[in-house]
Amino acid sequence: MGRYVIRRLLQMIPVFFGTTLLIFLMVNVMGDPIAGLCGDRQCDPATAAQLRTEFGLDKPVWQQYLTYMGNIFTGDFGTAFNGQKVTELMATAFPITIRLTIVAIVFEIVIGISLGVVTGLRRGRPVDTVVLILTLVVIAVPTFVTGLLLQLLLGVEWGIIKPSVSSEAPVDELIVPGLVLASVSLAYVTRLTRTSIAENARADYVRTAVAKGLPRRRVVVRHLLRNSLIPVVTFIGTDVGALMGGAIVTERIFNIHGVGYQLYQGILRQNSQTVVGFVTVLVLVFLAANLIVDLLYAVLDPRIRYA
Amino acid sequence: MRGATQARWAACAVAVALTATACGGGDSGGGGGADGIVSSSWGDPQNPLEPANTNEVQGGKVLDMVFRGLVRYDPKTGEAKNEIAEKIDSKDSQNFTVTIKDNWTFSNGEKITAKSFVDAWNYGALLKNNQKNAYFFQYIDGYDQVHPESGSATADTLSGLKVVNDTTFTVKLSQKFSLWPDTLGYAAFVPLPKVFYTDHEAWLSKPVGNGPYTIDQYAKGSSMNLRRWDDYPGADKAQNGGIDLKVYTDNNTAYTDLTAGNLDLVDDVPASQLKNVKADLGDRYINTPAGIIQTLAFPFYEKAWDTPGAVKVRQGLSMAINREQITDQIFQKTRTPASDWTSPVLGEEGGFKKGLCGSACEYDKAQAKKLIQEGGGIPGGQLKISYNADTGSHKEWVDAVCNSINNVMGNNKACVGGPVGTFADFRSQVSTQKLTGAWRAGWQMDYPLIQNFLQPLYYTNAPSNDGKWSDKKFDDLVDKANAESDKATAVSTFQDAEKVLVEQMPVIPLWYQNGSAGYSDRVENVSLNPFSVPVYDQIKVK
Amino acid sequence: MPEQKPWDETTGSGAISGAGAGGGMDLAMDEGTTLEKTPGGPEGTGPAGKPRSLWSDAWRDLRRNPVFIISSLVILFLVIISIWPSLIADQDPLDCDLSKAQEGSQPGHPFGFDGQGCDVYTRTVYGARTSVTVGVLSTLGVSLLGGVLGGLAGFFGRGWDAVLSRITDVFFGIPVVLGGLVFLSVVTSSTVWPVIGFIVLLGWPQIARIARGSVITAKQNDYVQAARALGASNSRMMLRHIMPNAIAPVIVVATIALGTYISLEATLSYLGVGLKPPAVSWGIDISAASQYVRNAPHMLLWPAGALAVTVLAFIMLGDAVRDALDPKLR
Repeated sequence: MGRYVIRRLLQMIPVFFGTTLLIFLMVNVMGDPIAGLCGDRQCDPATAAQLRTEFGLDKPVWQQYLTYMGNIFTGDFGTAFNGQKVTELMATAFPITIRLTIVAIVFEIVIGISLGVVTGLRRGRPVDTVVLILTLVVIAVPTFVTGLLLQLLLGVEWGIIKPSVSSEAPVDELIVPGLVLASVSLAYVTRLTRTSIAENARADYVRTAVAKGLPRRRVVVRHLLRNSLIPVVTFIGTDVGALMGGAIVTERIFNIHGVGYQLYQGILRQNSQTVVGFVTVLVLVFLAANLIVDLLYAVLDPRIRYA
Repeated sequence: MRGATQARWAACAVAVALTATACGGGDSGGGGGADGIVSSSWGDPQNPLEPANTNEVQGGKVLDMVFRGLVRYDPKTGEAKNEIAEKIDSKDSQNFTVTIKDNWTFSNGEKITAKSFVDAWNYGALLKNNQKNAYFFQYIDGYDQVHPESGSATADTLSGLKVVNDTTFTVKLSQKFSLWPDTLGYAAFVPLPKVFYTDHEAWLSKPVGNGPYTIDQYAKGSSMNLRRWDDYPGADKAQNGGIDLKVYTDNNTAYTDLTAGNLDLVDDVPASQLKNVKADLGDRYINTPAGIIQTLAFPFYEKAWDTPGAVKVRQGLSMAINREQITDQIFQKTRTPASDWTSPVLGEEGGFKKGLCGSACEYDKAQAKKLIQEGGGIPGGQLKISYNADTGSHKEWVDAVCNSINNVMGNNKACVGGPVGTFADFRSQVSTQKLTGAWRAGWQMDYPLIQNFLQPLYYTNAPSNDGKWSDKKFDDLVDKANAESDKATAVSTFQDAEKVLVEQMPVIPLWYQNGSAGYSDRVENVSLNPFSVPVYDQIKVK
Repeated sequence: MPEQKPWDETTGSGAISGAGAGGGMDLAMDEGTTLEKTPGGPEGTGPAGKPRSLWSDAWRDLRRNPVFIISSLVILFLVIISIWPSLIADQDPLDCDLSKAQEGSQPGHPFGFDGQGCDVYTRTVYGARTSVTVGVLSTLGVSLLGGVLGGLAGFFGRGWDAVLSRITDVFFGIPVVLGGLVFLSVVTSSTVWPVIGFIVLLGWPQIARIARGSVITAKQNDYVQAARALGASNSRMMLRHIMPNAIAPVIVVATIALGTYISLEATLSYLGVGLKPPAVSWGIDISAASQYVRNAPHMLLWPAGALAVTVLAFIMLGDAVRDALDPKLR
């Protein structure tokens, strides 16, 4: 197990460098960020040149990358164009996004798995069909449509929620955005659980448990569910990374100043320091989540051993 | 069971995280009346909030509340009036003597002297300070030394600025510019306190100025709380207790918040909501002219666009655009069809002249098609109008302009929109002359002078002459107008220069942009100044 | 489970689901476990196999499945109007009259007009071509690229595998909006190719992981070991023995992903980097209409409805195929 974890951690190193390099190149390909700093007019050439030197943009890309990576290891993630330290931006953005992600994942777990168990056990019955169609509709409609509609209905027409989230972003204000963010994944979790439950419901150990006379509840929770959770856990685990970085649309609609917002701003302003910094952290989160998921397998299924 | 215990632990962690963070927030509503707080939409300023470094309206909003300069533009008429300046004199339109009132201080108590201005201007002009509005000081003698085109500065201060005593300083310009005092209302010219230089970091995190508001709290990227400064020495004291600015990524969300009663003031009503704005807000919606004109610019660095035939094509294109219909349908009358190259906020005296463009800016299907064909057709066979897709909802009107041209030409592919993903990329394509078709251009005035609408945009090699248009006759007339000491003659000479634009049509004027804003029923007396910025200090809370 | 690492070959939605347009489907893991137990004819020889092959069983099943029939008919209809939109719409989708902007339904214009005064019905019909093309071609590209690379990694293992898995990790790390802005903002072509290319570029790792997983599973089956012992060449083993048994999960996930790719195009348009004008697509219309939903909901309803029905049809097709390929559910 220890060796396995070490090997995985070592494998993260090339992935880390590959991703940061790729992102760095991508932001650079987008062109000269200085041109956007002077509004609808041209920056005067002297100031533009001076700014380029200050942000290190006058050097070749490989050199910029090396300098940047060197700085990262000393904890310096650079400065955004508005003069703010990227680490400061992270300190405000990540707590908000982590809260939003937790809300979304709680929805996925609670609603997704419950619906999955119910439909899995009642495969082919009306309740199954209804949930199936509902989840398909959720998958089929783009998030920005669901988000805008919910905001309009709940926020303006019925006045149940505030249409936007305040800058502190307390959890109660994040419930609806969290639901919107979770909606697509929610549908997947439901379907995954359903398939998995339906498959395992016929397994020998479940029959044995039933034959032993265990209460139905105990059979479902202890035996059936636990063994059916592996695919679901994988999905949710890898979804953590996707949710955190992928909330751009949701955060934009509900005016949440989290990671998605900062990334979007950074991308629009072509601020490589912000973008690479945030993506770097996201990649680390993604890799860590993957590792944790793999380790969780052993908990859920003792038959799995780590080579 | 191992799994079950771990699951329980995880659930616990989630619960802790939820409850621990569930607190916070709270209401910032405050009381009503004179101490009431107004909440208003805001955008994240692009640059640090230094006065000479702020060139967009979001940062400008804050500077307008926190700073006052020598001159202030009247929020209603746009007329330049002395604020801190006692008088600004000149005999020859080139050497000016500025005398300031001696009762002004910064909000930290420091007295405002002639030096506060001179030091601030020197800071703004100096190349190594990276101030993006440095070019505002370009008319002052010695600018070439502190801000050379290339290389490093050979002087630290502008030789044209001299402090005479605490209340007087002199300015020597490098050329005659009779209207120069009228430019001094721009934020780049405000005075700065000593702390700006001595503890720059601290100043940036919480700017200190001399305006009717002080900054109480500034969370970069998300909000700023401004409070009334009770000892403000000026006449325009704030009528409310303070302003809470809140950053929105998408102005649709801000508008939605306003309609839900979550926000008091939105100063940019998105085009898509204009149709329901009357139903939502009734008379709590304002739509007033602002000093902004939108145009279509062309690449004169491309041979095909710089021919006598292309002049006809551009005139034809101008006549193929149904400005009336687009401003009605797409903008719901928050734009006015343009018939010159300035803005109605200048007023007739300031040089705005309705109809100066004549028939070339009027929709005429038959004539448009004829002119385009006479001119040899659209270069390349298809007109592509580039715009940035990330902000400003340009797609709607570009599509509408293209549809209008396509209808005239009877060809659904005669004109297409060309979205560019980001503003930065769009600007960089414009400034590096990569665009071969037309592009959307806009000009928001820096100060309400006809000169500002013409010289920076169409003078040979002017900083915002992106299309690289050049015309000797136009240049000569502008030079002549700048040297006129009589304001009325200067204005009419500028208008003569403008008539060259009618003949050549270097850019097609589209429409004058209005400022539009909506507000909640908690506040009243809301208005926009000619720069489309809300006049925050006059807002009253009920 | 000798030396097998099921945890590594199954992964989540990743980059494509990033913007929330729809996640990469991640049925890999249950496909994987399913397949292990799939008997799959001892000499599974692909679609043209003998009567009792996996495929003929599945086909017999599908023919009787109403879900399959309905979704196939919907898709057939979509394909037909994509090829000949003028069959049911006689106007030009680019013919717009601004004076009619946002007006509702009227004779000759059953769905009303959009914000530019274009006919919503005509645009919805013509939009099908772009949207279906994006969906189908992206899926083909993703499946080919991902299937081949993933399959090779799974078959050869070791170095190949390590490199490929790390590359997929890198791609999963790229936020979709950044990718979109970078790859799509530099192109000026108004065709569907850049968007398809972008989806393939960010989508292939997902299929690659699934293909890799199922190849690893199939590789360990007794009949493959037997073939290897008998001296079969690598290419013969891959093509005759492994591919037919490993391809099912790829097909299934691909049909589901197809739907999500169509809605991804809508999300890209919402962010301003999707198809360039004068292209006509549901994505462009939905993103334009979403701003006007309070005044003119009909502008959103029709293209969004068409998108939903299409995605639904493809997902249900995938679902039906999936069930048919799983012998335990018979």
